[in-house]
Amino acid sequence: MSDATDATTASQAPTPDDGLRIADAEARADAGPVLAADGTPLKRSLSRALRMQKMRALMLIAPLLIFVLVTFIAPIADMLFRSVENQIVSETLPETVMALEDWDEHDAEIPGPDTFTALYIDLYLASERKLHTRLGTRLNYEQTGISSLFRKTGRRVKRFATDDYTKQFVALDPEWENPAVWVAMFEQDDLRKALPLTARTWDRWSDFLIEEEGDDPAKEKPEDILFTALYHDLTTGDQSAFTEGRLARADAAVEAFERVDLKAEFLDADKDWASLPVWQTLKIYSPEYTDGYFLNAVDMQKGLDGPEMRPESQQIYFTLLKRTLFMSLMITGSCILLGYPVAWLLANLPARTANLLMILVLLPFWTSLLVRTSAWKVMLQQQGVINDVLVWLGVVDNADRLIMINNQFGTIVAMTHILLPFMILPLYSVMQTIPPTYLRAAKSLGATNWTAFWRVYFPQSVPGIGAGSILVFILAIGYYITPEIVGGTTGTFISNRIAYHISSSLNWGLAAALGSILLAAVLLLYWAYDRIVGIDNVKLGG
Amino acid sequence: MAKQRPITRPLGFVVPIVALAGAVAGLFVGTANDASLTGVLIGAAGTAILAALFLTLFPKQRPAFWLSTALFALLGLLLASIPGAVIGALFGAFFGWFTFWLGTGRYRDRLPPYTSAGQVLWHYTFRVICGAIFIFLITPIIVVMPLSFNAEDFFTFTPEMLRFDPEGYSLKHYRDFLTNSDWQNALWNSVTIAPVATLLSVGFGTLAAIGLSQPHVPFRRAIMAILISPMIVPLIISAAGMYFFYSRIGLQGTYLGVVLAHAALGIPFVIITVTATLVGFDRSLTRAAANMGANPITTFFRVQMPLILPGVISGGLFAFITSFDEVVVVLFVGSAGQKTLPWQMFIGLREQISPTILAVATILVGISILLLATVEMLRRRSERLRGLSPA
Repeated sequence: MSDATDATTASQAPTPDDGLRIADAEARADAGPVLAADGTPLKRSLSRALRMQKMRALMLIAPLLIFVLVTFIAPIADMLFRSVENQIVSETLPETVMALEDWDEHDAEIPGPDTFTALYIDLYLASERKLHTRLGTRLNYEQTGISSLFRKTGRRVKRFATDDYTKQFVALDPEWENPAVWVAMFEQDDLRKALPLTARTWDRWSDFLIEEEGDDPAKEKPEDILFTALYHDLTTGDQSAFTEGRLARADAAVEAFERVDLKAEFLDADKDWASLPVWQTLKIYSPEYTDGYFLNAVDMQKGLDGPEMRPESQQIYFTLLKRTLFMSLMITGSCILLGYPVAWLLANLPARTANLLMILVLLPFWTSLLVRTSAWKVMLQQQGVINDVLVWLGVVDNADRLIMINNQFGTIVAMTHILLPFMILPLYSVMQTIPPTYLRAAKSLGATNWTAFWRVYFPQSVPGIGAGSILVFILAIGYYITPEIVGGTTGTFISNRIAYHISSSLNWGLAAALGSILLAAVLLLYWAYDRIVGIDNVKLGG
Repeated sequence: MAKQRPITRPLGFVVPIVALAGAVAGLFVGTANDASLTGVLIGAAGTAILAALFLTLFPKQRPAFWLSTALFALLGLLLASIPGAVIGALFGAFFGWFTFWLGTGRYRDRLPPYTSAGQVLWHYTFRVICGAIFIFLITPIIVVMPLSFNAEDFFTFTPEMLRFDPEGYSLKHYRDFLTNSDWQNALWNSVTIAPVATLLSVGFGTLAAIGLSQPHVPFRRAIMAILISPMIVPLIISAAGMYFFYSRIGLQGTYLGVVLAHAALGIPFVIITVTATLVGFDRSLTRAAANMGANPITTFFRVQMPLILPGVISGGLFAFITSFDEVVVVLFVGSAGQKTLPWQMFIGLREQISPTILAVATILVGISILLLATVEMLRRRSERLRGLSPA
């Protein structure tokens, strides 16, 4: 066994540190400072040497540290960040989020016409950028049906009757159709202040034109949303600033304009816009950061009055968490049960025989994980080797072969086999250090075999059991490949669910939240392992 | 053979135990011929009589041993031709040896003379239990090998295979592996990704391990914890994080992304093995080299490197096997263009069950045996170089 122990104990040679201590002692003994060869005080030149040594060590470590930080730690941090990130709502529907600030989710009424105007502008721009389906998918995790609601409305939103506003403004003054007028208008700060919604909509519209289409906003025909925003600003805000010109004329005429009922248009596109839960979901998930994913990961949800449990039928993660823990414990337990006798035998046999038998432990350890998993598939399946042997021996009937795969049993057996070397190796290295004379002494003092083992040998082997168990448990709790192949539906772990959310359901936030919970559990165990065994003492069976 | 030991144990002790073993063997033979109970009875009675005969009439072991081997081989030949004869001969040899092993009391040779009968029984029961666990450990790997020569597209033994009929065996799955472009691409990807990742881990890892083994390293514990973490963090979490992060920076689905990810996963192994080799590295050697005028770089390559090389190589092998064997991270970070051998096997196991997987598995087992032997050899060499091994 090659074991890594603390490398600092390796150097027994004198170091600058020792020199410092000697110099200190000597300085105290003599009044004058001891000088180095170049005339500087010895103490200072020694501490400089120590600093140099520290720097050199850090310089050697730095490249790897940076490499690991960038390729490994940054991704983990990114995942943690994703588990709370929720900017998609406020980025896609900024006006709606702002309009909803005045609306209380406890209200019995859905929000008023202003919110629908905001939603119209947001959805129009989102559907131009084709972002509305993404947002729909995101909100669909919280409230089923929102995805189709957004998709349907996104298709309809460009055909809303808001061109009435455009026509009425243009009828008032044909110049409104000239994009240059708009460009000029929003170069003036006081106008921007007086027409806030229109100014923001103009900015987003021109950004879209420049970024996505590569067009010049000064040459594109103004869209209906701009006139809708303008109508909204002119009817609601304080327009005392306009005393003359086109805007003043529009301001005067706008009261007589025919109003477009956007709420009716939305309800016409999909009647779900009248449903209160949709608006409640929008409001609850409007902040930029949310604990919603974490609540989801423990079968809860954000309700009107803070977190609440999900309905019984939707609770899956708690069961999954319990199952993961249960199966990991079962696997750890079976590994102790099977690993202990083998480690004992290896530690008590003559070195030559033990080395030969060690190959039987190390060969599975070195064999590809997929080879071992496929081997268990071959062994356990209904037409597999074990069933064949049992049928041949007449233990089970050919008609009812045992089902040993695609369930918990299959996962536990295969993973016990895969993780057994990780239990045997630490146990073995601890047992090697227990002198066999202790057992003989106990027996000669009158202990029975069992007492001698239980009172003398076993307590000394406990550190090995601890190290092996934590290692096996850490590895088991995050396993993915083996449960995926031999676990079926009842034998899967939480990691399989994480993978499912990343690659199939695309609910990355939930995957990240589940991953963060798993990571926290593993880091806790890692910390415990470090306290008990020390990370430097991780053994590799080589 | 040395001088024959006299028979010391009574028949009443030896014969029942031999009969018991005979009954077990009889069960197998009987089941194969559709008569389990008869098999048990005949097996028990036959071996009991045989044991009694041997112990009373053939006090010499050697003739009895050959006689029983021949007898059982003949029996096997009659029941199931050539394979039967081979198995029969093995049975016979075992019984010939087992009877005398018990009869002459040789079974107590390895045990202290004061052990009681119960302790002897426990001693051998314990060995049998351990043997069963070893069988559990090794059987799945052994079973894969003959199945990979299956002539049918099954994952199980066909009757032809069990009859040792040459018709039942073929190399077609190996041929498939060598000619199928999916598998060849996967092999090529594995072969191009693993060495580069290994090189990265070994290069950075060795430098850092040397840095970490200096006597004064600030934040040593924290740095060590960070560097070891890729081994501790569950692969699915690493994979998820890397997938999110690498797709942000455009590395997802690229060769470079997979190589970087695998290099990060291999680093802990390099750090652990190389720091282990540096334990007990005699620093006065580097001082002596410096004393004689070597600069730090010369000292490193001419003095330190040769001494820690075994550790570096075995760390590299660990990193290599980590990358070569890795599937979770590549599944997420890679795209179809980076499909590696384990990935192809994973697909094969999940979707189209093809015994080509078993052929690949057998080849991989061969590779792991090679790697295991290399690492073991290097470890011994390193211990010898450092003077740690008593041998």
